[in-house]
Amino acid sequence: MKDFLAPIVRDIPPSGIRRFFDLASGSKDVISLGVGEPDFVTPWHVRDAAVVALERGRTTYTPNAGIPELREAIAEYLDREFQVSYDPAREVLVTIGGSEAIDLALRALVSPGDEVLVPEPCYIPYIPITSLSGGTPVSIETYAADQFKLRPDLLKAKLTPRSKVLILCYPSNPTGGIMTYEDWLPIAKIVEEHDLIVISDEIYAELTYGSKHVSFASLPGMKERTILVSGFSKAFAMTGWRMGYACGHPDLIGAMLKIHQYTVMCAPVMGQVAALEALKNGMEEKDRMVDSYNQRRRLIVKGFRELGLQCHEPQGAFYAFPSIQSTGMTSEEFCVRLISEGKVAAVPGHIFGAGGEGFIRCSYARSVSELLEALERIGKFLEKCKMV
Amino acid sequence: MNELKLKVLELLKEDSRRSVPQLATLLDVTEEQVRRAVAELEDEKVIVKYSTVVNWSKVDEEKVIALIEVQITPERGRGFDAIAERIYLYPEVKSVYLMSGAYDLLVEVEGKNLKEVASFVSNKLSPLDRVLSTKTNFILKKYKQDGTIFEDRQDDHRMIVSP
Repeated sequence: MKDFLAPIVRDIPPSGIRRFFDLASGSKDVISLGVGEPDFVTPWHVRDAAVVALERGRTTYTPNAGIPELREAIAEYLDREFQVSYDPAREVLVTIGGSEAIDLALRALVSPGDEVLVPEPCYIPYIPITSLSGGTPVSIETYAADQFKLRPDLLKAKLTPRSKVLILCYPSNPTGGIMTYEDWLPIAKIVEEHDLIVISDEIYAELTYGSKHVSFASLPGMKERTILVSGFSKAFAMTGWRMGYACGHPDLIGAMLKIHQYTVMCAPVMGQVAALEALKNGMEEKDRMVDSYNQRRRLIVKGFRELGLQCHEPQGAFYAFPSIQSTGMTSEEFCVRLISEGKVAAVPGHIFGAGGEGFIRCSYARSVSELLEALERIGKFLEKCKMV
Repeated sequence: MNELKLKVLELLKEDSRRSVPQLATLLDVTEEQVRRAVAELEDEKVIVKYSTVVNWSKVDEEKVIALIEVQITPERGRGFDAIAERIYLYPEVKSVYLMSGAYDLLVEVEGKNLKEVASFVSNKLSPLDRVLSTKTNFILKKYKQDGTIFEDRQDDHRMIVSP
């Protein structure tokens, strides 16, 4: 059967995270810090809006780009919260999760041989979906010493005449790193000088602690060359609804819409109704959830440091990315042993690409008592490792 | 009330066993600030008691709880307060609320069995001078109390590892 497969698909390795899913699922009584989604259920009023819509028989196709009210609400929200304004009719596309939006953007932009720059460690799918679109992924390693920020010199060093797209994801999964306005300015200058298009995945934009998220599209001159991708999964605890969107220049969104209408037609109507309710009435609940993540962020970072693990201060998302280099183990070895001997699941950093080795991703989207128990177990595991 | 005290209250309402160092870490303040906030809340009787929500149906001990609707003739000058006090002093009475609507007081009474509660109503509560009528409702099953759902239905449906 292997011979029938398209080489581009055949050659993509299976996700490294799969192994940890199997390992953790096979172990009993494991506390998982490997979960990349909120521990809250979608707020009740959002669920209820979808239920009411279903009861009223709202079960049809919607316009390809999404229901107009939702596109208007998205545009109004981005303008209000992140100071970037879009025309809802021509510049906003509702997608099936942020993942579809990234895939559409890459397929709309990339021709074989085009290079797609990806700062790493990063969200796992960026590299394989770049390959699937025919592009050549180019990794840019970022470092804990810089809080995993993208430095202009690191970006410049990887530029070639074939560089076309830069994928950004700040706040970052898996590091929790963010970029400030000052951090962005020199990056924007390079993007302009080298005529790059940016896919800015801002799915964690609402989850920042201490400073407000700065959208790359809001920087001077960047809106025209940025496809802003976001969604409802993280801010509104709506992962299973698969609701996302892309915003950008009408020509880019129009091209993405072409692919979208021939592949998925439109996002599910009940999800769109729920997303509209989340944007209209969900901000208070969202603030409450962010406040809770922030409390647990402090707890886990302090906990890791007290255990003697270096841990930079994550400023966004809901992940801590502590270093386990002091143990002398690779991150893979550490996580395999931590599951079987310590009964805690974390994700090895190398899975997220260059710069991830020596670190583990720990989600703090868990209850305080579970986090405390997990820290205690990790502490005992570290003690045991020292004694051996 | 200041923001710190409100946040301390919220966290202790979730779990009254949270320690001062833990609260300080969660709220990004010093332990001394937490200690002071808790002490003030206790002095001001905002925090009245630290208690535990128990699902007694899982414990092998017989216990009957009744919610009794009581109609009362209020007393001149003191309204319902005097009679409410008379009722809440009984040790069988766990809570008393003044209500709007069809009756005046809602009285929660706990007893070992039905007979004990019935005896309280007929011998102690009903004979009180200003009590006009009582209607006793027994709790058959508790599903949720103080925001806590008793059934184990709130499972974590998330996959154990995800991107």
